[in-house]
This record gives sequence, structure tokens and C-alpha cells, in this order.
Amino acid sequence: MPQGDYIELHRKRNGYRLDHFERKRKKDAREVHKRSQIAQKALGIKGKMFAKKRYAEKAQMKKTLAMHEESTSRRKVDDDVQEGAVPAYLLDRETTTRAKVLSNTVKQKRKEKAGKWDVPLPKVRPVAEDEMFKVIRTGKRKTKQWKRMITKVTFVGQGFTRKPPKYERFIRPTGLRFNKAHVTHPELKCTFNLEMIGVKKNPNGPMYTSLGVVTKGTIIEVNVSELGLVTPAGKVVWGKYAQVTNNPENDGCINAVLLV
Amino acid sequence: MEVEVAEESMELNNKVMCQLADPEGTPLGASMYLPQSVGPKELQQMVNKLLNNEEKLPYAFYISDQELVIQLGDYLQKNKVSVEKVVTIVYQPQAVFRIRPVSRCSSTIAGHTEAVLSVVFSPDGQQLASGSGDTTVRLWDLHTQTPLFTCTGHKNWVLCVAWSPDGKHLVSGSKSGEIQIWDPRTGKASGNLLTGHKKWITGISWEPVHLRSPCRRFVTSSKDGDARIWDATLRKTVIILSGHTLAVTCVKWGGDGVIYTGSQDCTIKVWETTQGKLIRELKGHGHWVNSLALSTEYVLRTGAFDHTHKHYSSPEEMKEAALERYNKMKGISPERLVSGSDDFTMFLWEPSVGKHPKTRMTGHQQLVNHVYFSPDGLWIASASFDKSVKLWNGITGKFVTAFRGHVGPVYQISWSADSRLLLSGSKDSTLKVWDVGNKKLKQDLPGHADEVFAVDWSPDGEKVASGGRDRVLKLWMG
Repeated sequence: MPQGDYIELHRKRNGYRLDHFERKRKKDAREVHKRSQIAQKALGIKGKMFAKKRYAEKAQMKKTLAMHEESTSRRKVDDDVQEGAVPAYLLDRETTTRAKVLSNTVKQKRKEKAGKWDVPLPKVRPVAEDEMFKVIRTGKRKTKQWKRMITKVTFVGQGFTRKPPKYERFIRPTGLRFNKAHVTHPELKCTFNLEMIGVKKNPNGPMYTSLGVVTKGTIIEVNVSELGLVTPAGKVVWGKYAQVTNNPENDGCINAVLLV
Repeated sequence: MEVEVAEESMELNNKVMCQLADPEGTPLGASMYLPQSVGPKELQQMVNKLLNNEEKLPYAFYISDQELVIQLGDYLQKNKVSVEKVVTIVYQPQAVFRIRPVSRCSSTIAGHTEAVLSVVFSPDGQQLASGSGDTTVRLWDLHTQTPLFTCTGHKNWVLCVAWSPDGKHLVSGSKSGEIQIWDPRTGKASGNLLTGHKKWITGISWEPVHLRSPCRRFVTSSKDGDARIWDATLRKTVIILSGHTLAVTCVKWGGDGVIYTGSQDCTIKVWETTQGKLIRELKGHGHWVNSLALSTEYVLRTGAFDHTHKHYSSPEEMKEAALERYNKMKGISPERLVSGSDDFTMFLWEPSVGKHPKTRMTGHQQLVNHVYFSPDGLWIASASFDKSVKLWNGITGKFVTAFRGHVGPVYQISWSADSRLLLSGSKDSTLKVWDVGNKKLKQDLPGHADEVFAVDWSPDGEKVASGGRDRVLKLWMG
């Protein structure tokens, strides 16, 4: 028989100690003071851990209180007219991607010729070649210096097959390859994680474009078919351009803004 | 004609045993030998003769659900039909008038400040009403294509709008469950809001004019699970039809004086209208019933008005004319009901015959949002969220064809009065006109900037109206 439950057994046989509940009350009353003492005294990592725990507890308590409050308090039913009217046959259906309220209302405005390539980031810092590439020394004596490794994020298409490593001039490291981007729709103010289709233009030069290097300011093409955008003629929009707004090599993700 | 036939047969010297039959399968005359050179034209002459039609009516001919457009002999050869057996040729009467397909947007009328949720032409096709999310009902002048009246009074989105079949009243139902009756000539409300429903209104249907003229009663269905019969003159609820356990999604007042309600509790209920008793419960669907359609719906909607633009002086005259039209349309067969559901299927019922479905129509890959019988009752069209519109035989319920082309869910469909064209409005912001004859896309009508919620083809066939989330009302013409 395990030794642990001798107290329960005793209580079962003889009942609680006469002063049990009094002691319990006092202990509970002291508990807060005790915890406060610990909170004041604890230092370093222990203090941090304790504070974090207290914070979580308090937040939980506040939430519970608010919940109780809500269930008791009576409120007026809000029956004012809401935006975004839908017909009766759609009222009971859960609205899928409500975010695209105005999606194809946002007209594809015809841009002036001069402003045709107006992009959110008009100017970018030029990236020097020695920042972009790292020279790899090859050969038995490590004397040859014609191999380059790209130190920036790259997009590598689906059907890409490597050249034999011996002849591969540019190495695009697999750790820095991306195929998804977080794309923000500027008018809808919402972000989607979309698949990239290709690199349209890298402002640092056509060579980087063809290599698929993604730096800040690069125009990429993303697959927007899941947004359900439709052209005025009722065809599904598949690819759309977006401009990269962060430094992907520093952040570990690509953030972009859709060009509409 | 007899001589002609005889001559031709001598030339060809091979004949086929044929039997003419109407769409229900009743044979017309005895089976006879026909020369292989007969085409639809000759058959049409024969049917007109056999039926003793005074004026020659157009007919279409079908052999085992395929239209006969060439000579009989060529057809038999092409499809390898055995000439040993009697070939049954089904004749279907066609409309004597022809409706021009709409091809252009004649006007875009702004006015509503929120999405347009329903668009309905009056039964005579001369007036147009629309309900919107900006809590107003608007009446439009079709001749100048400008706004006519703005009817304010509702407290929430106007979800449904319905004209009485005599065109004298307009009823609208809102999201807060109120009903309002408007006078379409002045655009004024006739009294206060009618309250009773606790949740939003999902459908409104008027009593057919051939049962009672002038029109007084209508039935509304609501999310709260009830349907109510109202009297427009007494301005109050006459009968409450309660029994559904979930929201009632659709209501139709049938030509035999019964009310059909479809509900989210997967059943369709049939009610009689004097005391509001439940006559029948049609079970079969596995999910919500979204939409109901009657084979006589179009004639009930248009009442006494037809393509001849006749004017009626008294309600009694109108009632008689409507009854005549109804009986002609219905023929001898019972009224058919088709229901579209969230379980991706549709059922064809004959509620006056039995409580079991006639056919189950499967094929859609997403929920069926709207079903609609063609005006002549020979076709059923169904709009589904799987981006297709499907066409079914209205009598047997057999699948005929699928119209594909939309890239978004299809919300609403509407037939032209001659049953030859079908219009569909979709989430992809376009309208499309489909040709039922050759089963192809007739016209693509882009122009809306956002989802199209409501479409309607005017009963006189001149115009099409559509409204959607882009807040404008568009009128399309041929």
C-alpha cells in the first residue's frame, strides 16, 4: 500500500482535526503575503519566471471576471444597419474571406504613361557586387576564384535542375531559397501568404533578375488565384505583381505589397 | 400533304415506324410509317394537323431526349437507331413569340447606397422594383431609365421584394422581420410596417390571381421558422404556419391553392390555405432546402399578362384570363415541384400525387442555390456554387446539359418568357445568357464591378435587370 494517503485514511476514520478549517483559512489568508514576499525577494531568472507566472494568472483572472460580468449584464441588442449587405440566401452561410469586400471593386486604374511604373518603394539602396556575392575558391590549390555564392534570398523556380557542380558558376544556397511571400493588399489592409511565381525585376540589375535574387524593392510575381480576384470581364486573375518591402536576408521572410 | 408523303416514299422506298407522343408520353394518333426524308418541318405540319390547331404552332421534336434538327433518315443513321422498333418522337410545343437575347448594357443607374439585394420586374414587365442594403425599396422608370420613387421606411436591409400578380401591390421584407406594402403608382407605403416575424424574411409569395382577384393575400417565410399568411387589405396576419423546426428558406404559393415551404430542417411542407393545416411533409433531403420551384411558377407570377400586352378592365376578367392561362400551361398533369438543397442534389416531386419524390437529380458538386422551371414547364435550370448551371428535363428530371463558363458561384438564374434563353448571375461579376436550343453560351455580359446578387428577365422579354454588391442597377437590352 502506498504511503502517501495515510492522511486521507486518518480523516476517513476520525474526521478532520478540530482546528483544520481555522488553520486552512489562516494559511490561505497568509498566502498572498507570502507570495508578495517571494515576488519582492526573488532575483534573476527566478524573479523573471515568477513574474511571468503571476502575470499569466492575473490576466486569466481578469478574463474570467470579464466573462462573468458579461453574462450577467444586460445590453441592448444592436439592431442598427450594418455595412456589407448580402441577400437572404447568403445570410446563413459563413462568409469566406470576408477580407475581400472590395476586391474587384478596386478597379484596375489605367495608369498614366509616366507613372506606369509607380511603385511603393521608388528608390532602393544599391547593393554592391561584393555584398551580393561571396567568392568561392576552388581547385586543388584553391587558386581558382570564378565561383560565386549568392548571399541574398533567391527564388528558384519549380523546374530548376542544377548544373553539374563543377561548372556551376552561381550557387544559390538552399537555406536562402523562398517560394512563399507575405503579400499585403494595400486597399484591403490584409495580408495573405501567397506562392511566388517568379521574379519580375530586381532593381540592381538584369543579372540578379535572371538569377531570381530577392532584395528590398524587387518586383515579384505572386499567385493570387486563391484571393478570387476577377477581371471586369469575369476572368480569374492568376498572377499579380508585388514589391518586396523588407530585407528578406535579414528577416527570414519576404514581405511584399501588391501593386494594384 | 398525304400525296406528297406518298410520292416521297416511293422515291426512297424505306420507311420508319414512328409514334408521335407529347412530353408526358401520351401517344398522338396511331403509329405510322414515315419516310426517312421527313424533317422537323414536315413533322410540325403533321402535329398541327393531328391536333387540329387552327393557327400553326411551332414544335420541337425529340428522339430519346435528343433534338431532331435534321432529316429523320440522317438522324437514324447518325445515331444508329434500330429501324426495327417503333421510334417514339416526342413533340414539344414552343413559344409562338421569340425573345431577343440581351447583348448590351443599356444603362447603369446609380441610386442605392448599399448592395442591391433583389430586383423584380412587375408581372406586366412595365415596372421595376429593387430592394437594397440601404434599407430602401426603389422603383425605376423603365422608359427613361431613371429612378422613379425611393420608398423609405424599413429599418434594416430589404431582402425580398415581390409584386402581386395583378401588379397593384408591392411587398417588401426586411432583415429585422418587418413587412411593408407599397403602392407602386405613388411609391408611398400603405400604412405602417407589418410586424410579426421575429427574424429576417427569406421569401414572399402572393396568392395566384386565378384563385382570388383582386390580390389580397400573400405568404412570407422567415428565419424564425414560421411562415405567415397576410392580408394586404386587413393589414394583419391571417394564419401562422408553424411546424418547421429551423429557418424557412423558401415559400411558394401553388396554383392549386396550397403553400409549399422549404426549410433548413431538411423538409418541405405543404399547407392548405383556409385553415393553415399541414397536408403533407416531403422528406428526402439530407441538408437544408435552399430553393423551391413550381412548374407553373412563371404563369402564376405573370398572372393574366402575356406577350400580347392585353389590358384588363375588371378583376374578374383578369381572374378568368389568368385561370385560362394557368390551365393551358398546366395541361392535364399535376403540378410539379423541384427543390434544390445544400446536399448538392435536387428532388422532383408531385406533391398532389404522393409524398415520395419522382426523381432525385444528382450531379452538382456544390450546393444548389437556385432552381427555376422554364415558363413552359419543360425544363428545369439549377444554379449551383460549383460554378455551373445545369439543365434538366422538366418532366422526367433527367439531366440534359451543364452550362459551364462562370468562374465563381452562380447565385441566381432567370428564364426568358419563351423558354429559349436562360440568364445567370454570378459571384464573378458577370451575367451570362445561355441558349437552351443548342446548349451553348449565347452572350457574356460583363460590366458589374462586383458580385451580382439579383437578376431578373422582364416577363415581356424586352429587358434584363441586375443588381449586386457594386450598388448600381444595370439594365440590359437586346
